[in-house]
Amino acid sequence: MLLIECPWCGPRAETEFSYGGEAGIPRPADPDALSDAEWADYLFYRSNPRGAHRELWNHAQGCRRWFVVERDTVTNRIAGSFRLDETVPVPASAAEKQPEQGD
Amino acid sequence: MAAGQANRLPRGGRIDRSRPLRFSFDGKSYAGYAGDTLASALLANGVSLLGRSFKLRRPRGIVGGGAEEPNAVMQVGEGAAARPNLLATQVELEPGLAARATRGWPSTRFDIGAALDSFGRILGAGFYYKTFKYPRAWWKLYEHFIRRAAGFGKAPDSPDPDRYEHRNAHCDVLVAGGGPAGLMAALTAARAGARVILADDDVEFGGSLLAGGDAIDGAPAMDWVAGAVAELREMPDCRLLSRGTVFGYHDHNFLTIVQRCVQEADAAAQGPARRPVAERLWRVRAKRVVLAQGAFERPLVFCNNDRPGVMLASAVSGYIHRHAVLPGRRAVVFTNNDSAYRTAIDLAGAGAEVAAIVDSRPGGAGAIGQRVKELGIPVLAGHVVSDVSGRRRVRGAGIARWTGEPWSAVEITLRIDCDLLAVSGGFSPAVHLHSQAGGKLEWDESQLCFLPGEARQPHDSAGAGNGKLSLGDCLADGLRAGKAAVEALGLNPPEIEIPATNESPAAPIKALWRVPAAKDADRCPKQFIDFQNDTTVADIRLAVREGYRNVEHVKRYTALGFGTDQGKLGNINGMAVLAETLGKPIPEVGTTTFRPAYTPVRFGAGAGESVGALYDPVRKTALHQWHEAAGAPMEVVGQWHRPRYFPRNGEDLHAAVARECLAVRNSVGIMDASTLGKIDVRGPDAVNFLERVYTHNVDRMKPGRCAYGILLGEDGMVMDDGVMARLAEDRFYLTTTTGGAAQVLDWLEKWLQTEWPELEVWLTSLTEQFSTLAVAGPNSRALLEKLGCDIPLDRESFPFMHVRTANLAGMPVSLFRVSFSGELAFEINIASGLAPDLWRKLMDVGREFELTPYGTETMHVLRAEKGFVIVGQDTDGSVTPVDLGMNWLLSKEKDFLGKRSLARPDCLRADRKQLVGLLSRAGCTVIPEGAQLIERTGQRAPVPMCGHVTSSYHSASLGHPIALALVAGGRGRRGETLFAAPPGREPIAVEIVSPAFYDPKGGRQHV
Amino acid sequence: MNRYSAFGLLRNALSHNRNWRTAWRSPEPEKSYDAIIVGGGGHGLATAYYLAKEHGIRNVAVLEKGWIGGGNTGRNTTIVRSNYLWTEAALLYEKSMQLWEGLSQDLNYNVMFSQRGVYNLGHSLQDMRDIERRVNANRLNGIDAEVVGTAELGKAIPHLNISPGARYPVLGASLQRRGGVARHDAVAWGFARAADALGVDIIEQCQVTGIDVSGGKAVGVQTTRGPIASDRIGVVVAGHAGVLARMAGLRLPIESHPLQAFVSEPIRPVLDTVVMSGAVHGYISQSDKGELVIGAGVDPYNGYGQRGSFPVIEHALQAIVELFPVFSRVRMLRLWGGIVDVAPDACPILSKTPVGGLYFNCGWGTGGFKATPGSGWVFAHTMAHDEAHELNAPFSLERFSTGALVDEHGAAAVAH
Repeated sequence: MLLIECPWCGPRAETEFSYGGEAGIPRPADPDALSDAEWADYLFYRSNPRGAHRELWNHAQGCRRWFVVERDTVTNRIAGSFRLDETVPVPASAAEKQPEQGD
Repeated sequence: MAAGQANRLPRGGRIDRSRPLRFSFDGKSYAGYAGDTLASALLANGVSLLGRSFKLRRPRGIVGGGAEEPNAVMQVGEGAAARPNLLATQVELEPGLAARATRGWPSTRFDIGAALDSFGRILGAGFYYKTFKYPRAWWKLYEHFIRRAAGFGKAPDSPDPDRYEHRNAHCDVLVAGGGPAGLMAALTAARAGARVILADDDVEFGGSLLAGGDAIDGAPAMDWVAGAVAELREMPDCRLLSRGTVFGYHDHNFLTIVQRCVQEADAAAQGPARRPVAERLWRVRAKRVVLAQGAFERPLVFCNNDRPGVMLASAVSGYIHRHAVLPGRRAVVFTNNDSAYRTAIDLAGAGAEVAAIVDSRPGGAGAIGQRVKELGIPVLAGHVVSDVSGRRRVRGAGIARWTGEPWSAVEITLRIDCDLLAVSGGFSPAVHLHSQAGGKLEWDESQLCFLPGEARQPHDSAGAGNGKLSLGDCLADGLRAGKAAVEALGLNPPEIEIPATNESPAAPIKALWRVPAAKDADRCPKQFIDFQNDTTVADIRLAVREGYRNVEHVKRYTALGFGTDQGKLGNINGMAVLAETLGKPIPEVGTTTFRPAYTPVRFGAGAGESVGALYDPVRKTALHQWHEAAGAPMEVVGQWHRPRYFPRNGEDLHAAVARECLAVRNSVGIMDASTLGKIDVRGPDAVNFLERVYTHNVDRMKPGRCAYGILLGEDGMVMDDGVMARLAEDRFYLTTTTGGAAQVLDWLEKWLQTEWPELEVWLTSLTEQFSTLAVAGPNSRALLEKLGCDIPLDRESFPFMHVRTANLAGMPVSLFRVSFSGELAFEINIASGLAPDLWRKLMDVGREFELTPYGTETMHVLRAEKGFVIVGQDTDGSVTPVDLGMNWLLSKEKDFLGKRSLARPDCLRADRKQLVGLLSRAGCTVIPEGAQLIERTGQRAPVPMCGHVTSSYHSASLGHPIALALVAGGRGRRGETLFAAPPGREPIAVEIVSPAFYDPKGGRQHV
Repeated sequence: MNRYSAFGLLRNALSHNRNWRTAWRSPEPEKSYDAIIVGGGGHGLATAYYLAKEHGIRNVAVLEKGWIGGGNTGRNTTIVRSNYLWTEAALLYEKSMQLWEGLSQDLNYNVMFSQRGVYNLGHSLQDMRDIERRVNANRLNGIDAEVVGTAELGKAIPHLNISPGARYPVLGASLQRRGGVARHDAVAWGFARAADALGVDIIEQCQVTGIDVSGGKAVGVQTTRGPIASDRIGVVVAGHAGVLARMAGLRLPIESHPLQAFVSEPIRPVLDTVVMSGAVHGYISQSDKGELVIGAGVDPYNGYGQRGSFPVIEHALQAIVELFPVFSRVRMLRLWGGIVDVAPDACPILSKTPVGGLYFNCGWGTGGFKATPGSGWVFAHTMAHDEAHELNAPFSLERFSTGALVDEHGAAAVAH
């Protein structure tokens, strides 16, 4: 069970939170200007990296605030939690991890 | 009482001789003592045959002393109190305990299946993949017989009487394992002021010290243990969990411990009402973890090494010291390291004759060899036990000079009679939790074992689990790990002196993975590696021969490590034999990742309290008691219980619903609609916000107006619907469906916070704070007027689709002139605390109008008569508002969530499924809900389907059945005939009609 | 390939099992192949087998980074069924079902496909409407399906809690009698052996580190064992599909999530069918060895770690005890996690890509095992003809732009 740091309430168990998918997917300003493919990209395509991942979490059983977590999708190690109005630093390693043999 | 315990030593042990007790095994009564395990008591009584192996049904006895035991898998207790698959080595003996062996028919002793052993060569690894294929239809028959051989114990025959609980805990240092290293680490951490949890799976702390004659500081080692435990118990921030197995090491230093809290007999004695918690699952978040779970001794791999009476040397010592049981009279000790010499000394000290120590090392033992010599025990260095005789009990050992080469044949030159063969192939550290935590393992060629390598979480290993096999090293390593933990926490480590031990230096272990036999490896008698699954050396060689060379393939193909002991006994031997077969070093063959559970965990303990009535919270409205008293059957809607109908005088569902429907259409009915989600929206940007998420033009609504609103997902599909009421310029009130309440609030909140944080809007759920009473029917206005309302309710003052605050019967309410039935109707919102009072008053006053309570079923019929959809019943996540004929709700002047998706090619297809009404051509048939619609009958599969029935009822108001359906291109096909084709029934001819069956112009709700 | 038979077992036993030949070779990779399959799981091996068997393309390599069958093929609950709601999905899974029904004989390898029936329980009126709808659709599609009531369930599944007082009472179920379970490892091994016999090179410990694209066309792969050329490359790597797609400059509409499952200790036979419940979220069967095999839920967050959160396991245990109170004292032996690749509509992607000669087979989510033979069969067709078979035509990448999703969420929920 992950230990997630809510920027307002502090570290709490994963069961207090709900997950909101990849962070930083802004809604297009003018959807009508987009082609079907571009709209599909916004709707369905996510980076799904093997490694550092910026994602939204909501402290559903607490302050109900949404915030950003940077988590490694392989090790689950969390690099940090950020409020939505914070400038989020660039990920330490943006490079994707190669799968290890047999993991 | 001690009568019959032929193998019980006259004194010693940690059993309580003042508490004799009786138990039974396979129906026969035996005597034992408190402090015995089932295994030690059976050994005391000379019972050596305890089970049969899985595949070959070979007779088996006790091998080990704990979690590594592969053979003594027991059924304990009967009926609901049955406990399947317990290891005799882990069952605390208690009065009246009834155990049975789990394999063998008609009995363990005489097992018909034992004939299988003779076919062993046919039943080699993977044999079932190669046969039972023809004739194809016979697999069911083959499988029937295969399945008859499955499993060990039996599941209880009725629900579990036990209670379980979950408990959360936090600590600075969690120490797993209460042997010398764990105790030392816990002491160090606790003295530094850390919050400590020390968990050990045994009944008593002490670990390996429980089983040996060790000394610490010149006194019996258990004295030191008692002192350490007493000190820890005194510490305020130290929690000691004996009988507590750390079985899972999860991410973020979260560990799970299962603690056995009470013995079966004690629990049962309390009676069902006061039954104590049987097992407790601790969910621990630790800052640091010290893993000190010890090491498992390995058996040696020789011919017929599975015969009862062949035991691990450390287990033999344990039974002697801890349980005062001598498992044999004439023993041979077979080893490749020094530790088993201790067992020889223990055996001799307990009065057994040690016929020989067979040591594969040409040089024999270190200093302990001298002590053995002094005791007159013969040592055969450079020799191996290559085979044993005896079937249900070992009778003798066949000894050969060891060539040092694993695969060439040897000559047995000496046979020694014995009834016990104590073996030691070295020790494998219990690295399970380290590995579960993502830690790496490293092969240590000098100690011949995998050691915990780099850790991925903040944890450390100590003691035998870290490859420190001598007591002195264990204590020192525990101290080191304890210090490291407290230093990492920023505490000052205390000064502790390592207690003195009196060990002499040992000679190094020498690899002996497969003992050569008189014949070559494929022809010799079976050499077992995984006892429970009957995996032999020949099986591994066969797997390799067939190309299953990866360790994971070999394990899966031969079932190595897939028994209930999870390979604790045999995995390393198996990997080593595989390495020797492949001619590769062991670390290149690799190990596997360990996964929870370290030892098996009861489902009930994992489930905890959340079973039965507590499986999921039940949500009830403020009026629930009234509904129950009225005898309403409940419909489960998500977590809610809602009254489905209110039967009178033995009415069935249909009669009650017909009556309720007519009451609403002709006079007035009342429904508890409190489960609707209710959301308060306020703030200067409320309009702006709602414009973005709802499809209609929100800014056109004046305060006091209500509107029907729908929410779309960004994919354009209908997600939820409800009423939006504008209470003031900057304040709105939304309702959602019962099931969608939480989801809609989360959805709105997410958009607000993540996408439009600049909007000043606040959302508050009012679902539970307010109750909703829907009063519907031509007499609804008269009813409210009669009850006493402080505002005018006439059509002009309070028109349809408006909201007013009012006092009703002296109580403050909000009145919504909205209608889900198509009748003149009012939805009354009232603080939930007042709702029962208002409901009673309405029922009182309503007598004059025959006010009729109605349930969800009538509500469904009434709305279907009007063609109103229910999201989730008439839609399924693939339906757009256009499909539902709701284009009028879609603003052309603004963007809203999901709008762009409606312009995708697939959403513009003319043949999309659209909402229509259906009438059966025959007139009186209620079309089954869920029925698929087809163009014509008599087609062969696959039959093209053009839609399905989403709602279908008998309409009492109209006097005939009606249905709603989604039909491809349906809106343009009115008057056409389709067929409903429910399975097993004649096709039903249906006509496509408008979905608005009743009062299609909507005049009745406007009055 | 020496054929497996009871007689063969006997004959080999007489020679102390020393004459068995390898089930598949371990060849060194060639410089180039007519087709490359990336991923040696069940789907990849099945693709190779059907390429060789049905389309005569035998100069094929299957590249596996670890050991074959070591991914989701060996980490699932082995349930096989074809009772999907939408015609597009139902016909694809039904193709698979028909291949399952002759697979042991076709491969000459007993995959222990056991058609012991699959029940999907309904716990609410809406569940029952959905069951009626799905069963009706299945029957019209020629797929066996029936609706069973509570009383019949009580007889068929003796320990199932059908008490009306249960928190979520069982109101009925759908039953597909042809559904069941199979031996997961055997599926990978059986396909590997049969493909090998037709000339396919199965190359383990060979990780693809790059996909070479030239002029908009795939021309080969870079691997840890050197470059290998081919102008026909099929990628079948489940949870890692996104990683491989990026190597070719592509994106996929899938996300990878942990999915957990566990087994109990082996107990005497007590459950001879498969029981699934979407509302009380659990699914369970009993293996031929006696273990209860139980599926838990998908963790909500993305993950490649093959480890999930313990609360998901707790919840699955609660569901199983709720459905089968007599299992409370049975013990969980081992739990594990896989990585599932989930598409937005819970349906697979079996598709050509914007890169010529590069094909992707992914997005099976929690439902991949049952599709193994059918997936391989249609994917082989797609690779052989550079065009989808009519069965997998609806499962193209284009559907995410046009909106023609095959939304199985309603029918499948998470319970597969």
